[in-house]
Amino acid sequence: MLTALLLCALALLAVAGLAALGRGGERRGAALATAAVYGGCLAVSTLAFALALAALLGGVTSGLTLPLGLPWLGAHFRLDALSAAFLVLVSLGAAGASFYALGYGRHAEAPLRVLPFYPLFLAGMLLVPLADDAYAFLLCWELMSLASWALVLAEHRPAENARAGFLYIVMASFGTLALLLAFGLLAGPEGRYAFAAMRVGDHAPLTSALVLALALLGAGSKAGLVPLHVWLPLAHPAAPSHVSALMSGVMTKVAVYAFIRIVFDLLGAPAWWWSVPVLTLGASSAVLGVLHALTEGDLKRLLAYSTIENIGVVFIGLGLALAFRADGHLGAAALALVAALFHAFNHTLFKSALFYGAGAVLAATHGERDIERLGGLIHRMPVSSAAVLVAAMAAAALPPLNGFASEWLAFQAILVSPDLPQWALKFLIPTVGTLLALAAALAASCFLRAYGIAWLGRPRSAAAAEAAETDRFSGAAMAGFAVLCVLFGLFPGAAVDALAPVTERLVGARMPAQLGEAWLSIVPIADSRSSYNGLLVFLFVVASAVIAAAAIHRLASRALRRAPPWDCGFPRLAPSMQYTGASLSQPLRRVFGPVVFRARETVEMPPPGSVAPARIVRERRDLAWEFLYAPVGRAVGRAAELLNHLQFLTIRRYLVFVFLSLVLLLLGLGLWS
Amino acid sequence: MPKLYFDVAHTLAGSLVLLSFVMLYQRRLGALLNVLALHAAVLALSVAWQAHIQGAPHLYITAAIALLFKAIVVPMALRRMIVRLGIHREIETVTGIGLSMLAGIGLVALSMAVMLPVTAGADPVAREDIALALSVVLIGLLLMVTRRNAVSQVVGFMSLENGIVLAATGAQGMPLVVEISVAFSILIAFIVIGIFLFRIRERFDTVDVQALDRFRGERR
Repeated sequence: MLTALLLCALALLAVAGLAALGRGGERRGAALATAAVYGGCLAVSTLAFALALAALLGGVTSGLTLPLGLPWLGAHFRLDALSAAFLVLVSLGAAGASFYALGYGRHAEAPLRVLPFYPLFLAGMLLVPLADDAYAFLLCWELMSLASWALVLAEHRPAENARAGFLYIVMASFGTLALLLAFGLLAGPEGRYAFAAMRVGDHAPLTSALVLALALLGAGSKAGLVPLHVWLPLAHPAAPSHVSALMSGVMTKVAVYAFIRIVFDLLGAPAWWWSVPVLTLGASSAVLGVLHALTEGDLKRLLAYSTIENIGVVFIGLGLALAFRADGHLGAAALALVAALFHAFNHTLFKSALFYGAGAVLAATHGERDIERLGGLIHRMPVSSAAVLVAAMAAAALPPLNGFASEWLAFQAILVSPDLPQWALKFLIPTVGTLLALAAALAASCFLRAYGIAWLGRPRSAAAAEAAETDRFSGAAMAGFAVLCVLFGLFPGAAVDALAPVTERLVGARMPAQLGEAWLSIVPIADSRSSYNGLLVFLFVVASAVIAAAAIHRLASRALRRAPPWDCGFPRLAPSMQYTGASLSQPLRRVFGPVVFRARETVEMPPPGSVAPARIVRERRDLAWEFLYAPVGRAVGRAAELLNHLQFLTIRRYLVFVFLSLVLLLLGLGLWS
Repeated sequence: MPKLYFDVAHTLAGSLVLLSFVMLYQRRLGALLNVLALHAAVLALSVAWQAHIQGAPHLYITAAIALLFKAIVVPMALRRMIVRLGIHREIETVTGIGLSMLAGIGLVALSMAVMLPVTAGADPVAREDIALALSVVLIGLLLMVTRRNAVSQVVGFMSLENGIVLAATGAQGMPLVVEISVAFSILIAFIVIGIFLFRIRERFDTVDVQALDRFRGERR
């Protein structure tokens, strides 16, 4: 099984070579290469999905050491329940994106900038969960980072994309550095770089705390935890849409995997206070991510901000699992971990579908990403609009869809928290729960705004008015993921049961078996406490909707009337008079803006007698950028400028430097001993 | 008998350090070259003595190479060079001689302080040799740093290399191949530097490396 999965990754590397078919830049060659690369990726990732699913359900655990990498170490690979669960997620997302790209990839302006790196990116993401030593892990991690960086720069002409690429590579390197240091601390002075040796090693409390901090920095910067999130809303939208879907839906989950692997698996038994930073960062990511999404006008950037929110939810689940595990509430820890993993999986499903939808809009409107210039798409793109509607409802955590099921599980875990003995957690976790509830409510209004403005109403620009339905591949990919969103919302018990081996492995307990419950309910702890049945909710929604419709049609008139709507006496209704995204989010922006974004609104009135229009100017600042990134960036820039003088010294000065550093080192050596 | 071995080896290595100091206060290039030749000759003696103590005949070859190339060929070539360049009478100083001598003393103290504790368990001959060799290397570097004329920088480089050879021969069991290749790499470095000297001279009418700085628009 493991060998087959490694061969899949190898096959992806081979598929990257197929991009050579498109050399020469002819249209037919490019089309052939597009079909070959995405077709190959689709086949390989479907195979990997089947293998990983079989491994997860069959409880396969196997290891393999290849004579690669460091000579005394070799390259260790291992397949266990955790890696199988994440491989299912990765390969499903990869298969979906490849299928979508069979259609969407044809719109690419320069396909050869995307094709060679796309399979490499997939291979990196497939290999990271399989790696079983620090060297192999970091190598695959870097493959993933660099390939995705190349994809971010696929359209490198716009200045904002170049900036996004630069910021992304800096943050990716920083994250890898943090992970490298974390692994160095875990390996200890003996250099035990194999994960198996790290697991049995004993770590001092200070080392553990440092590793936790570094894991939060390294994995958190890739996943987009606040305040390391700044690159994410710039880089994810800059890539082509199927790559955006992969980066947002899948790559952030690989970062979550890295965090779980280090903190839950390698670091040994947790202390209760480890959960405090994880919960705090998770809660602030959830709220800040969704607040940014709520005020964002760029469709893809809005989705990227929503990713930050969902990563926050996942990290809240992980923090709860840490707290419960440290205090020996293993059942509750299993519940929280399942909530986190299930939400990660659900986010992959709905965020992929949403990015596919955004890509379809982009292709149909020739690159229009501003929701204020869209509108009315539901009439022009019915299939994709329906799929996006389902995915947006899932992202808004509406029952009976999958987003609701996993967030409900997270709330159930929060409701168990009064059992914890520590007073800090007794206070912190309900606060986190409140913030999670706030984030969920804001997410609902965020997707209401996104869908209502971009897909409903009347077209706000010519491009939106001329939009046409997307191609069959893209439509089918979106519809497939939307169906999966519904299925996992109706039958969450299947996912909960499939994740049981993971929780048994990581926290030593599992949730009660769900598939045997009556009416396919899910019961997180016991029947007496709480249960949820997606199927019943779905049936209730459908039945009440049908009954209401039937009642209205039966009791009121059945006749179809077409008449001019009431227009408040205003004679000409133009599309620009519709509700806009900015106006829809204005109340929330007024409430949260001054605190969170230091937002300001100023009205510029024209002087009396002037016919110039009055203007309202909105100003929004990202505090993480101003207080964290900008000072660091300025310091680095200044240091680089100072060091730049070293480039232009005379030979003798260089000799003096060599001499002085030698003498200094010798002095250090002499004083040391 | 071992006492005599040790004393002679120590004396020879010590005189190498002494000659390095002599180089530090030479102002005329001709005198500097003489000291360089003497330096290499003492090195050859020292290496030959090591060959005798260690009973390692291949070290005699190293000694012969040192004597032939470093004590005779290179100084003569350098002398011809400065005569052809017309700088054999030039006087040049960078820092005060007293200051550089003090710095040299400090370097010797440093290398003793570093090397003696580190090599505590080693053979006493090798131990002293390595400590003194490090002093020679550091003083060679100091010479390169404090001189402005390209030729005296070459001389500093050569004396630095002598220190390396001293350390290498002091440690027993260094293969001959390594020594020969070090010797030849130095020779090649010398040739390259010599060619560059003439090129610099051709272009700037001087071998004062400050001219290069001026050419690049640098201020001192």
